[in-house]
Amino acid sequence: MSSNLSSNLALSLGSNHFELFSLSPKFNIELATLESNFRKIQSESHPDRFVSASSAEKLQSMQLATLANEAYQILKNPANRSKYLLELQGIVAISETNTAMPLDFLMRQMEWRESLEDAKAAKDINALENLLREMQQEAKLLQSEIALLIDHKQDYINATDATRKLIFIDKVYTDINKAIEQLEVNL
Amino acid sequence: MALLQISEPGMGAAPHQHKLAIGIDLGTTNSLVATVRSGLSNVINDEHGYSLLPSVVHYLENGHVEVGFNAQKQQNIDPHNTIVSAKRFMGRGLKDLDVSHLPYLFSETSGMVQIETRAGIKSPVEISSEILKVLKTRAEHALGGELVGAVITVPAYFDDAQRQATKDAARLAGINVLRLLNEPTAAAVAYGLDNASEGIYVIYDLGGGTFDVSILKLSKGVFEVLATNGDSALGGDDFDHRIFCWILESAKLTPRNAHDTRLLLSKAREAKEWLTEHAEANISCLLSDGEFVNLTLTTHEFIAFTANLVQKTLSPTRKAMRDAELSIEEINGVVMVGGATRMPLVRKIVAEYFKQTLLTNLDPDKVVALGAAIQANVLAGNKSDEDLLLLDVIPLSLGLETYGGLTERVIHRNSTLPVARAQEFTTYKDGQTAMSIYVVQGERELVSDCRSLARFELRGIPPMVAGAARIRVTFTVDADGLLSVSARETSTNVEAHIAVKPSYGLSEDEITNMLKTSFNSAEADKKARMLAEARVAAGAILEAVTMALATDSTLISSEEIQAIEAEMQRLAIIKETQDDDAIHKAVEALNYATEAFAAARMNASVSRALSGKNLEDINL
Repeated sequence: MSSNLSSNLALSLGSNHFELFSLSPKFNIELATLESNFRKIQSESHPDRFVSASSAEKLQSMQLATLANEAYQILKNPANRSKYLLELQGIVAISETNTAMPLDFLMRQMEWRESLEDAKAAKDINALENLLREMQQEAKLLQSEIALLIDHKQDYINATDATRKLIFIDKVYTDINKAIEQLEVNL
Repeated sequence: MALLQISEPGMGAAPHQHKLAIGIDLGTTNSLVATVRSGLSNVINDEHGYSLLPSVVHYLENGHVEVGFNAQKQQNIDPHNTIVSAKRFMGRGLKDLDVSHLPYLFSETSGMVQIETRAGIKSPVEISSEILKVLKTRAEHALGGELVGAVITVPAYFDDAQRQATKDAARLAGINVLRLLNEPTAAAVAYGLDNASEGIYVIYDLGGGTFDVSILKLSKGVFEVLATNGDSALGGDDFDHRIFCWILESAKLTPRNAHDTRLLLSKAREAKEWLTEHAEANISCLLSDGEFVNLTLTTHEFIAFTANLVQKTLSPTRKAMRDAELSIEEINGVVMVGGATRMPLVRKIVAEYFKQTLLTNLDPDKVVALGAAIQANVLAGNKSDEDLLLLDVIPLSLGLETYGGLTERVIHRNSTLPVARAQEFTTYKDGQTAMSIYVVQGERELVSDCRSLARFELRGIPPMVAGAARIRVTFTVDADGLLSVSARETSTNVEAHIAVKPSYGLSEDEITNMLKTSFNSAEADKKARMLAEARVAAGAILEAVTMALATDSTLISSEEIQAIEAEMQRLAIIKETQDDDAIHKAVEALNYATEAFAAARMNASVSRALSGKNLEDINL
């Protein structure tokens, strides 16, 4: 493959992920539109459509299909979507110098971590599943808050705090799932 | 957008002529080949009317190779030279396998296992290629023409090494692989199209040697895999082995020789199949030392010592459900695939887990091949009624070794393919010009607990002070689920050279050598074949660009059109020479000249799709 091909990438389709899927850059997006436009782009760009095409077209296909997959993953997930929206505003939600979290949230974090460790020690899958549901509830509340802050108030400072909390809750969620997996393996 | 037609004007097939493409289910126990004829997917039978080809390869004393039923008859008579279930060894090292009950002579190697036979040391890739050759020949006879290519199915849970081994086997068999397709996805295509299904479906695929579970969202010809999981070393064979152990124990037999082991394993298998419709099975046979075995195995006993094998399939199933973030109530149907799902116990446990009646109204042995044929037909460019799109995922995370032997995940499992991730590295010594990247596959924290894939040696990094170089390494997994790696120093834009040392794969040299021995082709033949291949490639791109210009020349300037046409004329002339190298170079040049055009066409087609118009509307 020659080296300067990436310069010809089909990028005029939008300067950001929202434009790629013909969506306006908001937290509350129509997930059905995202999904159907994602599928339309894949219908045109997926490598399966270019099995017998020239290598120039194969490369275009590979690059656009890859980009569409990545952009879809970012916009589909609320925490990633919010993080990305803030990036478009020039704000890095999670960085080494920007990890501050309000004290009350830190306390709750510790409580969740403790419950997780207790349930793990007790090999209590039900308790872990309850904790999962609690995280889902927390995530929902934060998502409505972010929608209000970004879409209606353009309050990116408070939206950054809420996004950081959401990302944190996602992490706990993943860790609970891992713990359940571990317990099931050892059953 | 319709697929480009690639036939060469005047020489190749007419633009709308049906192209011959096949789907191959390369199974652990049995293999099949299917094709789409008159819009219907059909399994191709052999000359005796059999559709299944036992995946058994026998190396004869006269140097010939038998595959299928004849080879199967030899497995008890000539066990060392009759290889059964070679798929289990694909892309695997000796330490990955439990070979204690296998009658083969494994040779000591660090990479993929090798088996000593009277025909020499054989890699699982070569053994599998013998099966593929037979299926290819069968298809060519039945279809009466040369094949454009094949879709070959692999277990969804196959890792990179296992997939690469499968592709290499096809290459050895002289098959153009259009795509490697995951078995459960193939089954979903065959089932979904047949039943016009919409919604969320689970494909539970328990084959001879592998277990896969995939969760798909089906809607209007789009098959989107939401999550997949499995166990690439669990299948029907394990039930046979449990019965085998039970026989040894019940008849108080000491460990047996290869002949008896094979015999008892096939008796075990017969008993397992018999128990699908009967309450008890009789097992009787005469062993080589004159001992007579006569036992009765009841369903009750069989369930007692195999139920935990079925339970073992539920753990990957739960993981897939969690990865897809779905609850059991959201599942619209559970499709059962693979011969081992005929066992009543499997059906009972799976039905209980999903709290619903299972979909078993299809032949679990054939559905994978039928689905593969449907996709092969579409990929070959034959018009089909369905606008089929398969969005599959990578089954296992890809990671890198970092400090302290820990894994850093680069690409997460269940990412939709194709996927690419870039990672930046730097040097730790002044003037360092090379570095090594170790890539593994798996979900564990420690590198040593994951599957070793390959070591990539980067060379040609421009010498700088420590920490100044910015080496951007891009990991790409294509639609076949295969990894490739590229690297670039970003401050100088120098491309690093990459040498790959696959842990369980074959090197390019090894494959070339195998190809040479398998075709025994003289130098002149080889030259002729390379020239023919170069001309086909030239014809293909000329045709593709001609058609692209005919429909989309308005997308680029007249200067660009002239530049493209000049390269086309040059290629058309060089194509008639005997110089395959020059032809390839001219093809490359034309490719290069069409890059901007290809990008413009892609933009236009996607914009058209998003604005809600399709090609037909625009042409009107």
